[in-house]
Amino acid sequence: MLGTKVSDDICHAHRTIQNQKIMISKKIAAISSLVLIVGFTACGGGEEHSSTPPGVSAEPAEVESKANDNLYTAADITFGEIDPAMVEKGRSTYDVKCQACHSTGPNRVVGPGWKGITERRAPEWIMNMVLNVDVMLESDPEAQKALEECLVRMPNQGLSKDEGREVLEFMRTL
Amino acid sequence: MKRPLIYTGTMLGIVGGAFLLMNSLPGCRPGTTKTVVTGDAAAKVYVKPGTHDEFYNFVSGGFSGQLAVYGIPSGRLLREIPVFSLDPESGYGFSEETKGMLSTTYGNIPWDDSHHPELSQTDGVPDGKWCFINGNNTPRIALIDLGVFRTTSIIEIPNSAGNHSSPFTTGNSEYVVAGTRFSVPMGDEAQRDVPINSYKENFKGTISFIHPEPETGKMSVAFQIKTPGVNFDLSHAGKGPSEGWFFFSCYNTEQAYSLLEVNASQKDKDFVMAVNWKLAEQLAKDGKGKRVPGKHHSNWWNEETHSSETTVYDDVLQLDPAEHPGLLYFMPCPKSPHGCDVDPTGNYIVGSGKLAALLPVFKFDKIQKAIADKDFEGEFAGIPVLRYESVLHGEVKKPGLGPLHTEFDDKGNAYTSMFVSSEIVKWNVESLEILDRVPTYYSIGHLSIPGGDSKKPWGKYVIAYNKITKDRYLPTGPELTQSAQLYSIDGEKMELLLDFPTTGEPHYAQAIPAELVKPREVKFYKIEENHHPYVAKGEKETKIERRGKEVHVWMTCIRSHFAPDNIEGVKLGDEVYFHLTNLEQDWDVPHGFAIKGAVNAELLVMPGETQTLKWVPSKVGMWPMYCTDFCSALHQEMSGYVRVSPAGSNVPLTAQTLSVDAEM
Repeated sequence: MLGTKVSDDICHAHRTIQNQKIMISKKIAAISSLVLIVGFTACGGGEEHSSTPPGVSAEPAEVESKANDNLYTAADITFGEIDPAMVEKGRSTYDVKCQACHSTGPNRVVGPGWKGITERRAPEWIMNMVLNVDVMLESDPEAQKALEECLVRMPNQGLSKDEGREVLEFMRTL
Repeated sequence: MKRPLIYTGTMLGIVGGAFLLMNSLPGCRPGTTKTVVTGDAAAKVYVKPGTHDEFYNFVSGGFSGQLAVYGIPSGRLLREIPVFSLDPESGYGFSEETKGMLSTTYGNIPWDDSHHPELSQTDGVPDGKWCFINGNNTPRIALIDLGVFRTTSIIEIPNSAGNHSSPFTTGNSEYVVAGTRFSVPMGDEAQRDVPINSYKENFKGTISFIHPEPETGKMSVAFQIKTPGVNFDLSHAGKGPSEGWFFFSCYNTEQAYSLLEVNASQKDKDFVMAVNWKLAEQLAKDGKGKRVPGKHHSNWWNEETHSSETTVYDDVLQLDPAEHPGLLYFMPCPKSPHGCDVDPTGNYIVGSGKLAALLPVFKFDKIQKAIADKDFEGEFAGIPVLRYESVLHGEVKKPGLGPLHTEFDDKGNAYTSMFVSSEIVKWNVESLEILDRVPTYYSIGHLSIPGGDSKKPWGKYVIAYNKITKDRYLPTGPELTQSAQLYSIDGEKMELLLDFPTTGEPHYAQAIPAELVKPREVKFYKIEENHHPYVAKGEKETKIERRGKEVHVWMTCIRSHFAPDNIEGVKLGDEVYFHLTNLEQDWDVPHGFAIKGAVNAELLVMPGETQTLKWVPSKVGMWPMYCTDFCSALHQEMSGYVRVSPAGSNVPLTAQTLSVDAEM
């Protein structure tokens, strides 16, 4: 609607009328910063606060433990009936750790809106983004595509495995 | 100024003697850089990019009031920790939460002169938990928690002045000590308001034993020992066989109070004072002490509320050695001793008389025997003075000029800094034989070996902390950088490896293997455990509230926006409190917060933390605020405005973040 084509599940193109004015000015800001980003990347600079600090190479064990073999696969997650208790816990975690960047509607704030997210993304992909975002951004093409579009590196918010699963349960209700 | 001619003569004598000694000692003449740096020095200090140093070096900032952290062997500066200082970069001393760390009975004191870092110990070995450091000027001791590399506890020392011989630790950090460099009259106002020439009669010292709570690091004065009016310089706890004792070097036993340069250097011998602290502890427990006036503050950082808490004490438990024989003994020690160092076995105590041409080494079992035999050569202010020859293991003859401080390796050797002759002298503790000497550039004060004042030295390096650099670095106007020098000591000969510049005066330092510290590092504060009264756990908890003239903003930040990012309805005359919570839960993502016209500083808020900046707008208009710490590609977009209206305005108080107000 408003110009730049963005992939539906990452930065939803649909804008409500009431938000148009804001989004236009946001778009201008985004475009001007995009120019900046290109400049950074060309210089090899990028983000000064990368989540994998340069010193990490001295602790290979820790990095190894986060590596691909730790990622969730489809077999690791099964969906049954939606569990209301888990949903509530997931909502609380969302309020503290996720809501600043993700709306529960369809639209992007910083990251994508979560409405219908479990229909667009596989559960294991969501779990891996929530719990192991650094590895995903290094190795997963879809995650990298999301970063290119949203331009803010998703923070690792330090959720436990249970909290991640509860957030996923909450997503199922959206 | 009585008898100036005689004093001048004495001074000339000292200088002349020093000159002769200089000429007779080959090692006293500093060599050139060429002669002392060997070919593989660079390889020995090279820490390749992306890898870590082997040791942390905690170096006092002296009159900067800070503690600096360097990596060894590279000499790379890792961090400057504000302690007795203000730090506008982090907001330390400026934020509403941290101001109280500098609270004293004299008000908030933003500066001090910090001399001696001392690492906490377990079983006599540095454990990597805390680093203590003293404040000389307004007597204080600070505790830096090595999990967070922040000052988390500061206690003011009552009935003290010039807290120099501090904050040395007992073997399990049951206590760290404080002592008086300046004796002062104590008591009520009439007792304190006395003529200077009543020094001998009215001026007293104290030795305080400060107890840090093992779990929290909260500090309190356990007990204080009243002492005669001499100047305490340095100290060290006994260990092994001498566990339970503490040793303090004393100068100005002349009890001079004018032109100390001359008048406090009259006697051939001053003292090392031996304190039976186990006995003192027992007396205190048995109620043998007296509570005497001594109002003081103890400030502690509460990690749950992210705020300082100040406890005010009105008095202190004091022990009078006149009532408790056996508490204190003096040992004669030539001449104006500075260092007072106990070897790793705990058998030997080295006094470093800075005006002496020898180093006395005392032996603990001889001290005990002399005490048992009452082998005294007299008394000083009612305290027994042990016979010098009876407590002496031996003397290191002609070690160099101006011996200041000694640390030890793990092979039975001692390393003594020589201020006047600018060198380090290596000698054997048992045989007292001088083994090696190397020049330093220039005028070395303290030196440090990792673990070198503990039971377990890691004898790989000795680091010299110099008072003068002169020609060693690019000139920077009248004031030059200060510096340290790294020497390897794992061979027979000491070898100069590296010069590195330091911030502030590198008065003293301690080093510890990095492996003992790294596992403790806190990477972020858990938001669930944040109990700050103004925390906003998520943007849903952000809000704005007026309380009369005070406006409180519960604000959050995350890459890369503030919530709220626009505030309207602030009026001239208001005081605005920004309570900023960083919602990030990952390592190395602090956010900064600055607002135009703030007369204090910025905030630098760690992940999961809440900190508060007070801001009083001075003009009507729109005031931008923004994140100062480059946080993401959209860092430059992390900003907002505060609208300030005239005092009588009726603009309603609102705060908003447009993009996330609705379920988009």
